[in-house]
Amino acid sequence: MTTTLPRAQLPLPVRTPPQKGRGGPHRVSRWQIYLPLGLYLLFTLVPFYWMLVFAFRPRGSDSLLPWPITFDNFATVWTGMGFGMFFQNSLLVGVASLISTTVIALSGGYALARYAFKGRQLFLVAMLCTQFIPGAMMLIPLFEIFRTLGLVNSLWALVIAETVFQLPLSLILISGFIRNIPIELEQAAWVDGCSRLRAFFAIVLPMLRPALVAVGSFAFIHSWNNFLFALMFVSEQEKFTLPVGLAFTIGEFSVDFGALAAGGVVAAVPVVLVFAVIQRYLVQGMSAGAVKG
Amino acid sequence: MAVAVEGRRRRPRRPGKSRTPYVLIAPAVVAMLGFLVYPMASVLYYSLQQYNVSKPWEDGFAGLANFQTLLNDPLFWQSLGFSGKWVLVEVTLQLLFGLALALIVNETFIGRAVSRALVFSPWAVSGVLTTGIWILLYNPTTGVFRYLADLGVGSYDIAPLADPNTVFTAAVVAELWRGVPFFAILLLADLQTINNDLYEAAAVDGASRIRRFLHITLPHLKDAIILSTLLRAVWEFNNVDLLYTLTGGGPAHQTTTLPLYVAAKAVQSHDFGYGSALTTAAFLILTFFSIAYLRLSKFGART
Repeated sequence: MTTTLPRAQLPLPVRTPPQKGRGGPHRVSRWQIYLPLGLYLLFTLVPFYWMLVFAFRPRGSDSLLPWPITFDNFATVWTGMGFGMFFQNSLLVGVASLISTTVIALSGGYALARYAFKGRQLFLVAMLCTQFIPGAMMLIPLFEIFRTLGLVNSLWALVIAETVFQLPLSLILISGFIRNIPIELEQAAWVDGCSRLRAFFAIVLPMLRPALVAVGSFAFIHSWNNFLFALMFVSEQEKFTLPVGLAFTIGEFSVDFGALAAGGVVAAVPVVLVFAVIQRYLVQGMSAGAVKG
Repeated sequence: MAVAVEGRRRRPRRPGKSRTPYVLIAPAVVAMLGFLVYPMASVLYYSLQQYNVSKPWEDGFAGLANFQTLLNDPLFWQSLGFSGKWVLVEVTLQLLFGLALALIVNETFIGRAVSRALVFSPWAVSGVLTTGIWILLYNPTTGVFRYLADLGVGSYDIAPLADPNTVFTAAVVAELWRGVPFFAILLLADLQTINNDLYEAAAVDGASRIRRFLHITLPHLKDAIILSTLLRAVWEFNNVDLLYTLTGGGPAHQTTTLPLYVAAKAVQSHDFGYGSALTTAAFLILTFFSIAYLRLSKFGART
Protein backbone atom coordinates (compact mmCIF):
# COMPACT_ATOMS: atom_id res chain seq x y z
CA MET A 1 0.00 0.00 0.00
CA THR A 2 2.57 2.56 1.03
CA THR A 3 5.74 0.79 0.10
CA THR A 4 6.99 3.66 -2.00
CA LEU A 5 7.31 6.00 0.95
CA PRO A 6 10.72 7.31 1.90
CA ARG A 7 12.53 5.52 4.68
CA ALA A 8 12.34 8.48 7.02
CA GLN A 9 9.08 7.37 8.49
CA LEU A 10 10.50 4.01 9.40
CA PRO A 11 12.48 4.97 12.43
CA LEU A 12 14.80 2.87 14.54
CA PRO A 13 17.52 0.50 13.42
CA VAL A 14 17.43 -1.72 10.41
CA ARG A 15 14.02 -3.12 9.83
CA THR A 16 14.97 -6.11 7.71
CA PRO A 17 14.24 -9.39 9.44
CA PRO A 18 17.35 -11.10 10.69
CA GLN A 19 18.53 -13.80 8.34
CA LYS A 20 19.65 -15.83 11.26
CA GLY A 21 22.54 -18.16 10.52
CA ARG A 22 21.14 -19.08 7.16
CA GLY A 23 23.06 -22.05 5.85
CA GLY A 24 25.39 -21.81 8.81
CA PRO A 25 26.08 -24.54 11.30
CA HIS A 26 23.32 -23.34 13.59
CA ARG A 27 20.44 -23.13 11.24
CA VAL A 28 17.09 -24.20 12.56
CA SER A 29 15.91 -27.36 10.91
CA ARG A 30 12.63 -27.32 8.99
CA TRP A 31 10.63 -29.49 11.34
CA GLN A 32 11.55 -27.37 14.33
CA ILE A 33 9.63 -24.57 12.63
CA TYR A 34 6.88 -26.37 10.81
CA LEU A 35 5.82 -28.78 13.55
CA PRO A 36 5.06 -26.26 16.34
CA LEU A 37 3.80 -23.75 13.80
CA GLY A 38 1.48 -26.32 12.30
CA LEU A 39 0.12 -27.28 15.69
CA TYR A 40 -0.44 -23.68 16.62
CA LEU A 41 -2.10 -22.94 13.29
CA LEU A 42 -4.47 -25.80 14.00
CA PHE A 43 -5.38 -24.20 17.34
CA THR A 44 -5.89 -20.84 15.62
CA LEU A 45 -7.78 -21.99 12.56
CA VAL A 46 -10.04 -24.80 13.77
CA PRO A 47 -12.25 -22.34 15.72
CA PHE A 48 -12.58 -20.08 12.66
CA TYR A 49 -13.33 -23.09 10.51
CA TRP A 50 -15.95 -24.33 12.92
CA MET A 51 -17.75 -21.03 12.69
CA LEU A 52 -17.65 -21.09 8.88
CA VAL A 53 -18.94 -24.66 8.70
CA PHE A 54 -21.89 -23.89 10.93
CA ALA A 55 -22.66 -20.69 9.11
CA PHE A 56 -22.66 -22.18 5.62
CA ARG A 57 -23.97 -25.71 6.00
CA PRO A 58 -27.68 -26.49 5.91
CA ARG A 59 -29.64 -26.78 9.11
CA GLY A 60 -29.52 -30.26 10.63
CA SER A 61 -26.46 -31.26 8.66
CA ASP A 62 -23.68 -33.07 10.48
CA SER A 63 -21.07 -32.69 7.83
CA LEU A 64 -17.71 -31.15 8.61
CA LEU A 65 -17.70 -29.58 5.19
CA PRO A 66 -20.00 -26.63 4.49
CA TRP A 67 -21.62 -28.53 1.64
CA PRO A 68 -24.14 -28.17 0.08
CA ILE A 69 -23.44 -24.53 0.74
CA THR A 70 -26.38 -22.43 1.87
CA PHE A 71 -26.93 -18.79 2.74
CA ASP A 72 -30.14 -19.41 4.69
CA ASN A 73 -28.48 -18.67 8.02
CA PHE A 74 -27.31 -15.32 6.73
CA ALA A 75 -30.77 -14.45 5.49
CA THR A 76 -32.13 -15.35 8.93
CA VAL A 77 -29.71 -13.20 10.90
CA TRP A 78 -29.44 -10.31 8.46
CA THR A 79 -33.12 -9.53 8.10
CA GLY A 80 -34.93 -11.72 10.63
CA MET A 81 -32.70 -11.04 13.62
CA GLY A 82 -31.73 -7.48 12.78
CA PHE A 83 -28.04 -8.06 12.09
CA GLY A 84 -28.33 -5.86 9.01
CA MET A 85 -29.30 -2.99 11.28
CA PHE A 86 -26.65 -3.89 13.86
CA PHE A 87 -24.09 -3.95 11.09
CA GLN A 88 -25.04 -0.42 10.03
CA ASN A 89 -24.84 0.82 13.61
CA SER A 90 -21.46 -0.80 14.16
CA LEU A 91 -20.20 0.64 10.91
CA LEU A 92 -21.38 4.13 11.86
CA VAL A 93 -19.76 3.95 15.29
CA GLY A 94 -16.59 2.42 13.85
CA VAL A 95 -16.11 4.97 11.10
CA ALA A 96 -17.04 7.97 13.29
CA SER A 97 -14.63 6.82 16.02
CA LEU A 98 -11.93 6.28 13.42
CA ILE A 99 -12.32 9.81 12.08
CA SER A 100 -12.56 11.61 15.41
CA THR A 101 -9.70 9.63 16.98
CA THR A 102 -7.41 10.19 14.02
CA VAL A 103 -8.13 13.91 13.68
CA ILE A 104 -7.79 14.71 17.38
CA ALA A 105 -4.68 12.54 17.75
CA LEU A 106 -3.12 14.08 14.67
CA SER A 107 -3.47 17.64 15.89
CA GLY A 108 -2.49 16.80 19.47
CA GLY A 109 0.34 14.54 18.34
CA TYR A 110 1.82 17.32 16.21
CA ALA A 111 1.77 19.68 19.18
CA LEU A 112 3.48 17.10 21.39
CA ALA A 113 6.11 16.31 18.81
CA ARG A 114 6.99 19.75 17.50
CA TYR A 115 6.43 22.24 20.32
CA ALA A 116 7.76 22.68 23.81
CA PHE A 117 4.98 24.10 25.92
CA LYS A 118 4.00 24.38 29.52
CA GLY A 119 2.09 21.35 30.73
CA ARG A 120 3.48 19.07 28.03
CA GLN A 121 5.20 16.81 30.53
CA LEU A 122 2.15 16.70 32.76
CA PHE A 123 0.00 15.75 29.82
CA LEU A 124 2.33 12.89 28.87
CA VAL A 125 2.28 11.51 32.41
CA ALA A 126 -1.50 11.85 32.58
CA MET A 127 -1.81 9.90 29.34
CA LEU A 128 0.26 7.06 30.75
CA CYS A 129 -1.94 6.99 33.84
CA THR A 130 -5.07 6.64 31.77
CA GLN A 131 -3.80 3.27 30.63
CA PHE A 132 -4.70 1.98 34.07
CA ILE A 133 -8.25 3.24 34.07
CA PRO A 134 -10.60 0.31 33.62
CA GLY A 135 -13.36 0.79 31.11
CA ALA A 136 -15.73 -1.33 33.14
CA MET A 137 -15.10 0.86 36.14
CA MET A 138 -16.02 4.02 34.29
CA LEU A 139 -19.47 2.76 33.41
CA ILE A 140 -21.30 4.44 36.24
CA PRO A 141 -19.92 7.98 35.89
CA LEU A 142 -19.95 7.82 32.10
CA PHE A 143 -23.56 6.74 32.18
CA GLU A 144 -24.36 9.74 34.39
CA ILE A 145 -22.58 12.10 32.00
CA PHE A 146 -24.34 10.74 28.96
CA ARG A 147 -27.65 10.96 30.77
CA THR A 148 -26.97 14.62 31.53
CA LEU A 149 -26.04 15.22 27.90
CA GLY A 150 -29.12 13.37 26.71
CA LEU A 151 -26.96 10.86 24.89
CA VAL A 152 -28.23 7.66 26.47
CA ASN A 153 -29.51 5.41 23.70
CA SER A 154 -27.54 7.43 21.19
CA LEU A 155 -24.76 5.94 19.11
CA TRP A 156 -22.82 9.18 19.65
CA ALA A 157 -22.27 8.17 23.26
CA LEU A 158 -20.39 5.15 21.95
CA VAL A 159 -18.37 7.26 19.53
CA ILE A 160 -17.34 9.62 22.33
CA ALA A 161 -16.43 6.85 24.76
CA GLU A 162 -14.49 4.92 22.11
CA THR A 163 -12.60 8.00 20.98
CA VAL A 164 -11.61 8.98 24.48
CA PHE A 165 -10.34 5.53 25.36
CA GLN A 166 -8.41 5.27 22.09
CA LEU A 167 -6.84 8.73 22.31
CA PRO A 168 -3.87 8.11 24.64
CA LEU A 169 -2.35 5.30 22.59
CA SER A 170 -3.10 7.11 19.33
CA LEU A 171 -1.46 10.32 20.54
CA ILE A 172 1.64 8.45 21.65
CA LEU A 173 1.88 6.60 18.35
CA ILE A 174 1.37 9.62 16.14
CA SER A 175 3.65 11.97 18.04
CA GLY A 176 6.32 9.25 17.98
CA PHE A 177 6.03 9.02 14.21
CA ILE A 178 6.09 12.80 13.73
CA ARG A 179 9.20 13.10 15.86
CA ASN A 180 10.90 10.67 13.52
CA ILE A 181 10.26 12.86 10.49
CA PRO A 182 13.22 15.21 10.15
CA ILE A 183 12.06 18.71 10.93
CA GLU A 184 14.44 19.99 8.23
CA LEU A 185 11.95 18.82 5.64
CA GLU A 186 9.34 21.14 7.09
CA GLN A 187 11.82 23.95 7.59
CA ALA A 188 12.79 23.79 3.94
CA ALA A 189 9.15 24.31 3.03
CA TRP A 190 8.83 27.25 5.42
CA VAL A 191 11.87 28.84 3.82
CA ASP A 192 10.17 28.45 0.46
CA GLY A 193 7.28 30.48 1.84
CA CYS A 194 4.95 27.69 2.85
CA SER A 195 2.80 28.34 5.88
CA ARG A 196 3.22 25.93 8.74
CA LEU A 197 -0.19 24.46 8.04
CA ARG A 198 0.49 24.00 4.36
CA ALA A 199 3.85 22.44 5.05
CA PHE A 200 2.13 20.03 7.38
CA PHE A 201 -0.38 18.94 4.77
CA ALA A 202 2.13 18.83 1.94
CA ILE A 203 5.03 17.16 3.73
CA VAL A 204 4.22 15.64 7.10
CA LEU A 205 0.82 14.17 6.39
CA PRO A 206 1.82 12.03 3.40
CA MET A 207 4.71 10.60 5.39
CA LEU A 208 2.42 9.73 8.26
CA ARG A 209 0.40 7.28 6.24
CA PRO A 210 1.59 4.14 8.06
CA ALA A 211 0.88 5.77 11.42
CA LEU A 212 -2.54 6.90 10.28
CA VAL A 213 -3.33 3.43 8.98
CA ALA A 214 -2.32 1.96 12.34
CA VAL A 215 -4.18 4.48 14.49
CA GLY A 216 -7.27 4.50 12.32
CA SER A 217 -7.55 0.76 12.16
CA PHE A 218 -6.93 0.38 15.89
CA ALA A 219 -9.77 2.80 16.53
CA PHE A 220 -12.03 1.05 14.06
CA ILE A 221 -11.34 -2.47 15.32
CA HIS A 222 -11.70 -1.42 18.95
CA SER A 223 -15.01 0.31 18.53
CA TRP A 224 -16.27 -2.41 16.21
CA ASN A 225 -15.51 -4.95 18.91
CA ASN A 226 -16.55 -3.01 21.98
CA PHE A 227 -19.26 -4.71 23.91
CA LEU A 228 -19.55 -3.19 27.34
CA PHE A 229 -20.19 0.43 26.42
CA ALA A 230 -22.65 -0.59 23.74
CA LEU A 231 -24.44 -2.85 26.19
CA MET A 232 -24.66 -0.22 28.92
CA PHE A 233 -25.34 3.01 27.05
CA VAL A 234 -27.79 1.68 24.48
CA SER A 235 -30.90 -0.26 25.31
CA GLU A 236 -33.11 0.20 22.24
CA GLN A 237 -32.81 -2.72 19.91
CA GLU A 238 -32.65 -0.52 16.81
CA LYS A 239 -29.44 0.98 18.18
CA PHE A 240 -27.68 -2.29 19.05
CA THR A 241 -24.22 -2.89 17.65
CA LEU A 242 -23.03 -6.29 16.43
CA PRO A 243 -21.38 -7.50 19.66
CA VAL A 244 -24.54 -6.73 21.61
CA GLY A 245 -26.71 -8.46 19.02
CA LEU A 246 -24.36 -11.42 19.08
CA ALA A 247 -24.41 -11.57 22.87
CA PHE A 248 -28.19 -11.71 22.84
CA THR A 249 -28.07 -14.53 20.31
CA ILE A 250 -25.71 -16.42 22.62
CA GLY A 251 -27.88 -15.71 25.63
CA GLU A 252 -31.04 -17.10 24.11
CA PHE A 253 -32.64 -20.04 25.82
CA SER A 254 -32.07 -22.46 22.98
CA VAL A 255 -29.21 -21.18 20.90
CA ASP A 256 -29.67 -21.38 17.14
CA PHE A 257 -26.13 -22.45 16.29
CA GLY A 258 -26.42 -21.79 12.57
CA ALA A 259 -27.61 -18.25 13.25
CA LEU A 260 -24.96 -17.71 15.91
CA ALA A 261 -22.24 -18.79 13.49
CA ALA A 262 -23.62 -16.65 10.66
CA GLY A 263 -23.87 -13.66 12.99
CA GLY A 264 -20.30 -14.33 13.99
CA VAL A 265 -19.18 -14.30 10.38
CA VAL A 266 -20.98 -10.99 9.82
CA ALA A 267 -19.18 -9.54 12.84
CA ALA A 268 -15.82 -11.03 11.89
CA VAL A 269 -15.51 -10.22 8.20
CA PRO A 270 -14.88 -6.45 8.40
CA VAL A 271 -12.27 -6.64 11.16
CA VAL A 272 -10.53 -9.59 9.59
CA LEU A 273 -10.33 -7.69 6.29
CA VAL A 274 -8.99 -4.58 8.00
CA PHE A 275 -6.56 -6.74 9.90
CA ALA A 276 -5.33 -8.50 6.77
CA VAL A 277 -4.44 -5.12 5.30
CA ILE A 278 -2.74 -3.65 8.34
CA GLN A 279 -1.05 -6.60 10.01
CA ARG A 280 2.28 -5.83 8.34
CA TYR A 281 2.20 -2.25 9.60
CA LEU A 282 1.19 -3.44 13.02
CA VAL A 283 4.53 -5.06 13.79
CA GLN A 284 6.33 -2.15 12.12
CA GLY A 285 4.38 0.52 13.95
CA MET A 286 4.83 -1.21 17.28
CA SER A 287 8.59 -1.44 16.99
CA ALA A 288 8.71 2.09 15.63
CA GLY A 289 6.98 4.60 17.78
CA ALA A 290 4.65 2.82 20.08
CA VAL A 291 5.97 3.10 23.56
CA LYS A 292 8.36 5.96 23.24
CA GLY A 293 6.32 8.41 25.29
CA MET B 1 9.04 -2.12 21.16
CA ALA B 2 11.67 0.50 21.59
CA VAL B 3 11.41 1.72 25.09
CA ALA B 4 14.61 3.68 25.26
CA VAL B 5 13.83 7.33 25.54
CA GLU B 6 16.92 8.96 24.28
CA GLY B 7 17.68 12.61 24.54
CA ARG B 8 18.81 12.81 20.95
CA ARG B 9 15.51 14.15 19.66
CA ARG B 10 15.79 17.75 18.56
CA ARG B 11 14.04 20.09 20.94
CA PRO B 12 10.71 21.21 19.59
CA ARG B 13 10.99 24.49 17.75
CA ARG B 14 9.68 27.89 18.72
CA PRO B 15 9.34 27.40 22.42
CA GLY B 16 7.64 29.95 24.59
CA LYS B 17 4.74 32.19 23.99
CA SER B 18 3.08 30.63 20.96
CA ARG B 19 -0.54 29.74 21.44
CA THR B 20 -0.52 27.20 18.63
CA PRO B 21 0.37 24.06 20.63
CA TYR B 22 -2.43 24.74 23.09
CA VAL B 23 -4.95 25.12 20.30
CA LEU B 24 -3.75 21.92 18.68
CA ILE B 25 -3.89 19.86 21.81
CA ALA B 26 -7.07 21.39 23.19
CA PRO B 27 -9.50 18.86 21.66
CA ALA B 28 -7.56 15.96 23.18
CA VAL B 29 -7.35 17.68 26.56
CA VAL B 30 -11.01 18.59 26.61
CA ALA B 31 -12.10 15.09 25.62
CA MET B 32 -9.91 13.46 28.23
CA LEU B 33 -10.81 15.91 30.98
CA GLY B 34 -14.50 15.52 30.33
CA PHE B 35 -14.74 11.81 29.78
CA LEU B 36 -11.79 10.34 31.68
CA VAL B 37 -10.61 12.64 34.42
CA TYR B 38 -13.98 13.95 35.52
CA PRO B 39 -15.58 10.46 35.65
CA MET B 40 -12.60 9.18 37.59
CA ALA B 41 -12.98 12.01 40.09
CA SER B 42 -16.68 11.38 40.40
CA VAL B 43 -16.03 7.70 41.12
CA LEU B 44 -13.91 8.84 44.05
CA TYR B 45 -16.69 11.17 45.15
CA TYR B 46 -19.47 8.59 44.86
CA SER B 47 -17.41 6.04 46.74
CA LEU B 48 -17.91 8.22 49.81
CA GLN B 49 -21.64 8.54 49.23
CA GLN B 50 -24.64 6.40 49.87
CA TYR B 51 -26.00 6.47 46.35
CA ASN B 52 -28.54 3.94 45.20
CA VAL B 53 -30.90 4.78 42.36
CA SER B 54 -33.47 2.32 43.64
CA LYS B 55 -33.37 3.78 47.18
CA PRO B 56 -32.91 7.53 46.62
CA TRP B 57 -34.30 8.45 50.05
CA GLU B 58 -31.17 7.00 51.69
CA ASP B 59 -28.71 8.95 49.55
CA GLY B 60 -26.17 11.17 51.23
CA PHE B 61 -22.63 11.41 52.53
CA ALA B 62 -21.53 8.08 53.91
CA GLY B 63 -17.91 8.59 54.87
CA LEU B 64 -16.00 5.36 54.64
CA ALA B 65 -19.07 3.19 55.18
CA ASN B 66 -18.88 1.76 51.66
CA PHE B 67 -15.30 0.70 52.23
CA GLN B 68 -16.23 -0.92 55.51
CA THR B 69 -18.91 -2.92 53.73
CA LEU B 70 -16.35 -3.85 51.14
CA LEU B 71 -13.89 -5.26 53.65
CA ASN B 72 -16.61 -7.52 55.04
CA ASP B 73 -17.98 -8.54 51.66
CA PRO B 74 -17.03 -12.15 50.90
CA LEU B 75 -17.92 -11.65 47.23
CA PHE B 76 -15.42 -8.80 46.97
CA TRP B 77 -12.61 -10.99 48.23
CA GLN B 78 -13.73 -13.93 46.13
CA SER B 79 -13.89 -11.90 42.93
CA LEU B 80 -10.60 -10.20 43.71
CA GLY B 81 -9.01 -13.61 44.26
CA PHE B 82 -10.42 -14.90 41.01
CA SER B 83 -9.23 -11.80 39.16
CA GLY B 84 -5.72 -12.42 40.46
CA LYS B 85 -5.78 -16.06 39.42
CA TRP B 86 -7.23 -15.23 36.00
CA VAL B 87 -4.65 -12.52 35.30
CA LEU B 88 -1.73 -14.63 36.48
CA VAL B 89 -2.69 -17.72 34.48
CA GLU B 90 -3.63 -15.80 31.34
CA VAL B 91 -0.63 -13.50 31.24
CA THR B 92 1.86 -16.29 31.96
CA LEU B 93 0.47 -18.64 29.33
CA GLN B 94 -0.03 -15.89 26.76
CA LEU B 95 3.53 -14.72 27.27
CA LEU B 96 5.03 -18.21 26.92
CA PHE B 97 3.04 -19.11 23.81
CA GLY B 98 3.42 -15.62 22.36
CA LEU B 99 7.20 -15.65 22.80
CA ALA B 100 7.51 -19.09 21.25
CA LEU B 101 5.33 -18.00 18.36
CA ALA B 102 7.29 -14.77 17.84
CA LEU B 103 10.57 -16.71 17.76
CA ILE B 104 9.15 -19.13 15.22
CA VAL B 105 7.72 -16.59 12.80
CA ASN B 106 10.90 -14.53 13.10
CA GLU B 107 12.82 -17.32 11.37
CA THR B 108 13.12 -17.41 7.62
CA PHE B 109 10.97 -20.07 6.01
CA ILE B 110 8.62 -20.59 3.13
CA GLY B 111 5.12 -19.33 3.87
CA ARG B 112 6.21 -16.99 6.63
CA ALA B 113 4.11 -14.00 5.62
CA VAL B 114 0.94 -16.06 5.39
CA SER B 115 1.68 -17.86 8.64
CA ARG B 116 2.16 -14.55 10.42
CA ALA B 117 -1.11 -13.16 9.17
CA LEU B 118 -2.97 -16.32 10.16
CA VAL B 119 -1.56 -16.78 13.66
CA PHE B 120 -2.00 -13.09 14.46
CA SER B 121 -5.57 -12.94 13.21
CA PRO B 122 -7.49 -13.78 16.43
CA TRP B 123 -6.09 -10.51 17.82
CA ALA B 124 -8.73 -8.63 15.82
CA VAL B 125 -11.61 -10.73 17.11
CA SER B 126 -13.88 -9.38 19.84
CA GLY B 127 -14.52 -11.05 23.17
CA VAL B 128 -18.14 -11.67 22.31
CA LEU B 129 -17.25 -13.28 19.01
CA THR B 130 -14.64 -15.41 20.77
CA THR B 131 -17.38 -16.57 23.08
CA GLY B 132 -19.66 -17.36 20.15
CA ILE B 133 -17.01 -19.43 18.44
CA TRP B 134 -15.96 -21.35 21.54
CA ILE B 135 -19.53 -22.06 22.53
CA LEU B 136 -19.85 -23.85 19.20
CA LEU B 137 -16.63 -25.72 19.88
CA TYR B 138 -17.41 -26.68 23.47
CA ASN B 139 -21.05 -27.61 23.04
CA PRO B 140 -21.50 -31.38 23.47
CA THR B 141 -23.80 -31.68 20.45
CA THR B 142 -22.05 -29.30 18.04
CA GLY B 143 -18.49 -29.20 19.27
CA VAL B 144 -15.13 -30.78 18.55
CA PHE B 145 -15.46 -33.26 21.37
CA ARG B 146 -18.37 -35.00 19.68
CA TYR B 147 -16.42 -35.44 16.46
CA LEU B 148 -13.39 -36.60 18.41
CA ALA B 149 -15.61 -39.12 20.19
CA ASP B 150 -16.78 -40.32 16.78
CA LEU B 151 -13.13 -41.08 16.09
CA GLY B 152 -12.83 -42.89 19.37
CA VAL B 153 -11.02 -40.13 21.26
CA GLY B 154 -12.56 -38.98 24.53
CA SER B 155 -16.23 -39.44 25.26
CA TYR B 156 -19.57 -37.99 24.19
CA ASP B 157 -20.39 -36.36 27.48
CA ILE B 158 -17.58 -33.83 27.67
CA ALA B 159 -19.25 -30.45 28.27
CA PRO B 160 -16.46 -28.10 29.40
CA LEU B 161 -18.67 -25.11 30.16
CA ALA B 162 -21.28 -26.99 32.16
CA ASP B 163 -18.85 -28.81 34.42
CA PRO B 164 -17.63 -26.73 37.41
CA ASN B 165 -14.34 -28.63 37.30
CA THR B 166 -13.51 -27.63 33.75
CA VAL B 167 -15.19 -24.26 33.30
CA PHE B 168 -12.05 -22.37 34.36
CA THR B 169 -9.81 -24.26 31.95
CA ALA B 170 -12.35 -23.84 29.18
CA ALA B 171 -12.46 -20.07 29.69
CA VAL B 172 -8.67 -19.86 29.93
CA VAL B 173 -8.21 -21.68 26.61
CA ALA B 174 -10.74 -19.48 24.82
CA GLU B 175 -9.09 -16.30 26.12
CA LEU B 176 -5.69 -17.73 25.22
CA TRP B 177 -6.84 -18.16 21.66
CA ARG B 178 -7.35 -14.45 21.16
CA GLY B 179 -4.70 -13.29 23.65
CA VAL B 180 -1.54 -14.99 22.42
CA PRO B 181 -1.30 -12.90 19.22
CA PHE B 182 -0.94 -9.70 21.29
CA PHE B 183 2.35 -10.94 22.75
CA ALA B 184 3.42 -12.52 19.48
CA ILE B 185 2.99 -9.21 17.64
CA LEU B 186 4.72 -7.06 20.27
CA LEU B 187 7.60 -9.44 20.84
CA LEU B 188 8.12 -10.03 17.13
CA ALA B 189 8.34 -6.26 16.70
CA ASP B 190 11.06 -6.15 19.33
CA LEU B 191 12.89 -9.21 18.00
CA GLN B 192 13.26 -7.42 14.69
CA THR B 193 15.28 -4.67 16.32
CA ILE B 194 18.02 -7.06 17.45
CA ASN B 195 21.21 -6.53 15.53
CA ASN B 196 21.96 -9.74 13.67
CA ASP B 197 25.72 -9.24 14.07
CA LEU B 198 25.36 -10.21 17.70
CA TYR B 199 24.06 -13.63 16.75
CA GLU B 200 26.76 -14.12 14.18
CA ALA B 201 29.50 -13.17 16.58
CA ALA B 202 28.06 -15.55 19.15
CA ALA B 203 27.78 -18.30 16.57
CA VAL B 204 31.41 -17.79 15.60
CA ASP B 205 32.32 -18.12 19.25
CA GLY B 206 30.51 -21.44 19.28
CA ALA B 207 27.62 -20.43 21.52
CA SER B 208 24.73 -22.88 21.34
CA ARG B 209 21.30 -21.71 20.28
CA ILE B 210 20.02 -21.91 23.84
CA ARG B 211 22.90 -19.79 25.08
CA ARG B 212 22.33 -17.26 22.33
CA PHE B 213 18.69 -17.08 23.32
CA LEU B 214 19.50 -16.65 27.01
CA HIS B 215 22.31 -14.13 26.56
CA ILE B 216 21.24 -12.10 23.54
CA THR B 217 17.54 -12.50 22.82
CA LEU B 218 16.13 -12.53 26.32
CA PRO B 219 18.06 -9.53 27.68
CA HIS B 220 17.07 -7.55 24.59
CA LEU B 221 13.42 -8.48 25.05
CA LYS B 222 13.43 -7.76 28.77
CA ASP B 223 11.84 -4.32 28.73
CA ALA B 224 9.34 -5.31 26.05
CA ILE B 225 8.35 -8.32 28.12
CA ILE B 226 7.94 -6.27 31.29
CA LEU B 227 5.86 -3.63 29.57
CA SER B 228 3.71 -6.01 27.54
CA THR B 229 2.99 -8.25 30.53
CA LEU B 230 2.02 -5.19 32.57
CA LEU B 231 -0.24 -3.76 29.88
CA ARG B 232 -1.77 -7.16 29.33
CA ALA B 233 -2.25 -7.80 33.04
CA VAL B 234 -4.13 -4.52 33.39
CA TRP B 235 -6.14 -5.33 30.29
CA GLU B 236 -6.98 -8.86 31.43
CA PHE B 237 -7.91 -7.53 34.84
CA ASN B 238 -10.26 -4.96 33.37
CA ASN B 239 -11.74 -6.72 30.38
CA VAL B 240 -15.10 -8.34 30.94
CA ASP B 241 -16.42 -9.18 27.46
CA LEU B 242 -15.39 -12.81 27.31
CA LEU B 243 -16.29 -13.95 30.80
CA TYR B 244 -19.49 -11.91 30.81
CA THR B 245 -20.77 -13.72 27.74
CA LEU B 246 -19.07 -17.12 28.14
CA THR B 247 -19.79 -17.94 31.77
CA GLY B 248 -21.65 -14.88 33.03
CA GLY B 249 -19.37 -15.07 36.07
CA GLY B 250 -20.85 -18.39 37.07
CA PRO B 251 -21.37 -21.08 38.06
CA ALA B 252 -22.00 -19.77 41.58
CA HIS B 253 -19.75 -16.69 41.11
CA GLN B 254 -16.85 -19.05 40.43
CA THR B 255 -15.63 -17.02 37.46
CA THR B 256 -16.65 -13.54 38.62
CA THR B 257 -13.85 -11.02 38.28
CA LEU B 258 -13.87 -7.76 40.18
CA PRO B 259 -15.05 -5.67 37.20
CA LEU B 260 -17.82 -8.20 36.55
CA TYR B 261 -18.87 -7.81 40.15
CA VAL B 262 -18.86 -4.02 39.81
CA ALA B 263 -20.95 -4.22 36.67
CA ALA B 264 -23.41 -6.52 38.43
CA LYS B 265 -23.62 -4.15 41.43
CA ALA B 266 -24.15 -1.10 39.28
CA VAL B 267 -26.52 -2.58 36.73
CA GLN B 268 -28.54 -5.09 38.67
CA SER B 269 -28.79 -3.58 42.12
CA HIS B 270 -28.24 0.07 41.07
CA ASP B 271 -25.94 0.54 44.03
CA PHE B 272 -23.74 3.22 42.50
CA GLY B 273 -22.13 4.25 45.78
CA TYR B 274 -20.91 0.78 46.63
CA GLY B 275 -20.01 0.11 42.97
CA SER B 276 -17.84 3.23 43.05
CA ALA B 277 -16.12 2.07 46.22
CA LEU B 278 -15.35 -1.25 44.53
CA THR B 279 -14.04 0.67 41.53
CA THR B 280 -11.81 2.84 43.68
CA ALA B 281 -10.45 -0.22 45.45
CA ALA B 282 -9.73 -1.92 42.13
CA PHE B 283 -8.00 1.17 40.76
CA LEU B 284 -5.80 1.48 43.87
CA ILE B 285 -4.89 -2.21 43.79
CA LEU B 286 -4.08 -2.01 40.10
CA THR B 287 -1.93 1.08 40.49
CA PHE B 288 -0.11 -0.36 43.50
CA PHE B 289 0.70 -3.61 41.71
CA SER B 290 1.77 -1.82 38.55
CA ILE B 291 4.23 0.41 40.38
CA ALA B 292 5.53 -2.52 42.43
CA TYR B 293 5.93 -4.59 39.28
CA LEU B 294 7.87 -1.90 37.45
CA ARG B 295 10.10 -1.34 40.47
CA LEU B 296 10.78 -5.00 41.20
CA SER B 297 11.43 -5.89 37.58
CA LYS B 298 13.87 -2.98 37.25
CA PHE B 299 12.14 -1.74 34.14
CA GLY B 300 14.38 0.35 31.92
CA ALA B 301 17.53 -0.60 33.80
CA ARG B 302 20.42 -1.31 31.48
CA THR B 303 21.52 -4.90 31.69
